[in-house]
This record gives sequence, C-alpha cells and structure tokens, in this order.
Amino acid sequence: MNEAFLLVAIVTAIVLVVAAYLIAKLVAPHSFNSQKGEPYECGIPTRGNSWLPFKVGYYLFAILFLMFDVETVFLFPWAVVMRDLGTMGLITVTFFIVILALGLAYAWKKGALEWK
Amino acid sequence: MFDFKVVTDWIDTLLRVQLGLPNFWTLAIEFILVGVAFLAAYAVLALILIYVERKICAFFQCRIGPNRVGKWGILQSIADMIKILLKEIISIDRSDKVLFVLAPFFVIMGSILTFAALPFGKGLHAIDFNIGVFYLIAVSSLGIIGILLAGWSSNNKYTLIGAMRSGAQLVSYELSAALALMTVVVFAGTMQLSQIVEKQAEVWNIFNGIAAIPAFIAFVIYLIAGHAETNRGPFDLPEAESELTAGYHTEYSGITFGFYYLAEYMNMFIVAAIATTVFLGGWQPLHISGWEGFNQVMDYIPSVVWFFGKTAVCIFFALWVRWTFPRLRIDQLLKFEWKILMPISLINLLLMALVVTLL
Repeated sequence: MNEAFLLVAIVTAIVLVVAAYLIAKLVAPHSFNSQKGEPYECGIPTRGNSWLPFKVGYYLFAILFLMFDVETVFLFPWAVVMRDLGTMGLITVTFFIVILALGLAYAWKKGALEWK
Repeated sequence: MFDFKVVTDWIDTLLRVQLGLPNFWTLAIEFILVGVAFLAAYAVLALILIYVERKICAFFQCRIGPNRVGKWGILQSIADMIKILLKEIISIDRSDKVLFVLAPFFVIMGSILTFAALPFGKGLHAIDFNIGVFYLIAVSSLGIIGILLAGWSSNNKYTLIGAMRSGAQLVSYELSAALALMTVVVFAGTMQLSQIVEKQAEVWNIFNGIAAIPAFIAFVIYLIAGHAETNRGPFDLPEAESELTAGYHTEYSGITFGFYYLAEYMNMFIVAAIATTVFLGGWQPLHISGWEGFNQVMDYIPSVVWFFGKTAVCIFFALWVRWTFPRLRIDQLLKFEWKILMPISLINLLLMALVVTLL
C-alpha cells in the first residue's frame, strides 16, 4: 500500500506542475521581443558563456559530503538496532566514528575546509 | 482521541459494500481521493504560509503588511496566485530548454514526496515506510537536483553562482540534519514515523528524562540545518537579492517562478513538521506523568490541532530567525557547518548511544 501511495504522490507532483503550466500557457499573454530572450544580468550586455569550469572550492565540499553521506547510510542500520547490540555495539561504532572524525581532522589540517 | 482511520474505513466500506464497486475501481477512486487531498493540502497550506509570513514579517518591521484584499488582507495570497498565473512565461534564447523545463518538476516532487509521508494526525497518514526517516532524508534531497539544474540550464552568471552556493550549502547541512534525526532513531529504535510518534505518547522526546539532553541538542541542530536546507533565514545566500538579483531562479518567470516560491514555503512547513514529528511528539498531546486530570483534558484536543499547533510554533521560530539575523557569507556558512555543527552532531550521536546503553 505504501508503494502505491508513493506512486500517487509522484503522479500528484507531476500533475500539479503540468496543470499549472498548461493553465498559465492558456491564460498568460504572449508577445515577441528580441530583447526578452537575453539573460537577465541587470541591463549590462552578457559577455561570453556561463557554462564554464567553476571554482574548485565547491567540489571539495561535495567530495567531503560523499564521504560523510556514505557514513550516514552505514550508521542508520546500527541506529535502529542500537538497543539490542548494547555495550559492544557502542564500542564498535565509537571506533567507526573516531576513524571518520580523523578523516575530517585530516581534511581540516590540509585546509580543505578553508575558503580561498 | 479521534482516530482518522474511522473516516478512511468508512469511505472504503462506502465504496466497496454500499456502492458495490469492484476492487479495481475502489482502489482507483481511493487513490484519486488521496491525490486530490495531497494537492489541496499542499496548495492551501502554501497559500496560508505565504500570507502568514508576509504579515509576521510586517509586524517585525513595524508595518501593517497586506491589508487591501479582503479583510486584513487574507485574500492577498489568492490574488497573488491569480496574478502569477497571468504572467507571461519567458523562455531564454541560449538556455538548455529541456533541463530548464525539467527543473521545477524535481523541486516540486522533492517537497510533495516528503509532504506525503508526514503523520498529520492519529490515523491520518498516507506513506508510512518502515524506513520512514531514511525516506524523508533521501527524498528531500531531490530538491537540490532541481535547484542545480535550474541554475545551470539558465546560462546566466547569477543563476550559476546561486545554484553552486545552494548545492554546497544544502549538501553540507544535510549531513547535520541526518545525524540529528539519527540521534532520535537511536533512542526510538525504529525509523518508522508512526512508531516514533507512538513511542512519545507518555513524554515527548525532548522532555524524556536524561535522554532529553542529547535530544534537545539534536533538536536545535536540526532546526539550524533545516533552515539552511530551505534556503531561508540567515542562510539565503543562493538567492541573495542584493548580490545575485534572485539567485538560481532569476530566469524563471510567471508560474515557473511560482513553483520555486511554492516549494520554498512548503519546505519550511515540512522542516517544521519533521521537527515536530521526531522531537516534539508529532500529534501526541502534552502529557505530564501523575497529572491524571490534566492529561484527560489534553486528550480532548484533536490530534490534528496538536500537530499543526506545534508545527506553527516551529514555523514562527523560523520566521523570527529569518527577520532578525543578517545574511552570512558562504565561507562562514560552510565553516560553521563543517567545523562546529558536524563535530557537535557526531559527539551528540555518541552521547545518545551512551545514554541508551546505560538506561
């Protein structure tokens, strides 16, 4: 039943966007002006393309995110059965988190968290 | 306390037994009803929230706010919706047309799928996976894809900068949000949202004895991370008006802009609602052990009122923060997450595990 409702929610989202878009297409005015198609950059004529290689600082954070996101995925099953595992589970996961924290500390020391 | 299962069961028997419809048609009609309910609740809540935000913002700034359309301006957001539908949809010459149209789908889908999984009241619950919390985290990050697509496909420098900032910010703060929610999963021993709410019948998680300390820290972390994830408050760098005109949705006009507007407000509601469900007991009434009469009186208040009341408090807090603090810089923002929030959430998780082991 849950999966069916998930499908219903996806269809609802698509219907909302498509319906609103179609209504707007029907009722909204249309006019042509060659200036309209230009990118909005506060009136200054656009120079060059925007699809360029971008500042690497953002990618460093994305890579760090990947590491910690996978960690979160690994921790969720542990979190559910934490009560049954008891002390042993706590000690094991402490090691896991400490190793990850070392990874964070390494990135910190290497200056990956600085914005240059 | 009124159980909404009575209503859903009644509709089911009405269709099946009294109208004598075959199984397929019963299910089809029920699914359509659920879909319409999602749509109506989503749109109506967004309209209310937009009005409330404008009014509260006005009071914070010693203004009156919208007061022309209807009494106290309550019809203002409906007028705005009609106006936004009547605006021309402009397509940009050098943009990536397919991605440009596709982006609002992701943004809206991310928020509707999360919205559909919330327990609004006793028995008023559509999607209830046994991995509920995990599902919420997974689905809510669909919005990031939409924002990145919007910024990239517009082929405009402002939108690109806005989208990149947004990507870095959302991705970073998602970790803290996930770890804060995990803290409660450790305590509750389940990821199913209905179970988490069920277990808070006696005391809400943030008042629960010694476990209240890590739960409260997690609550605060979740609120901060949630604010950052909705691109609001002091974290609205992706659409910093004074630097980037409108950030990632600069090139969207008319209703296509409306989708982002809608999703932003609903994401605020969803963050408040998840905080309510996981930390503040969801639709459970306030109970104080030993106060029998008090508990009985509290039980008379319907579960939906409790849910929306607590959510409203969280939303008010979000608005308060938004209209009080100035915007951060991107380096301060990321430094705050990775050097302060992230270590605190890791330690907090271990603290909660320790508390659970000792109990």
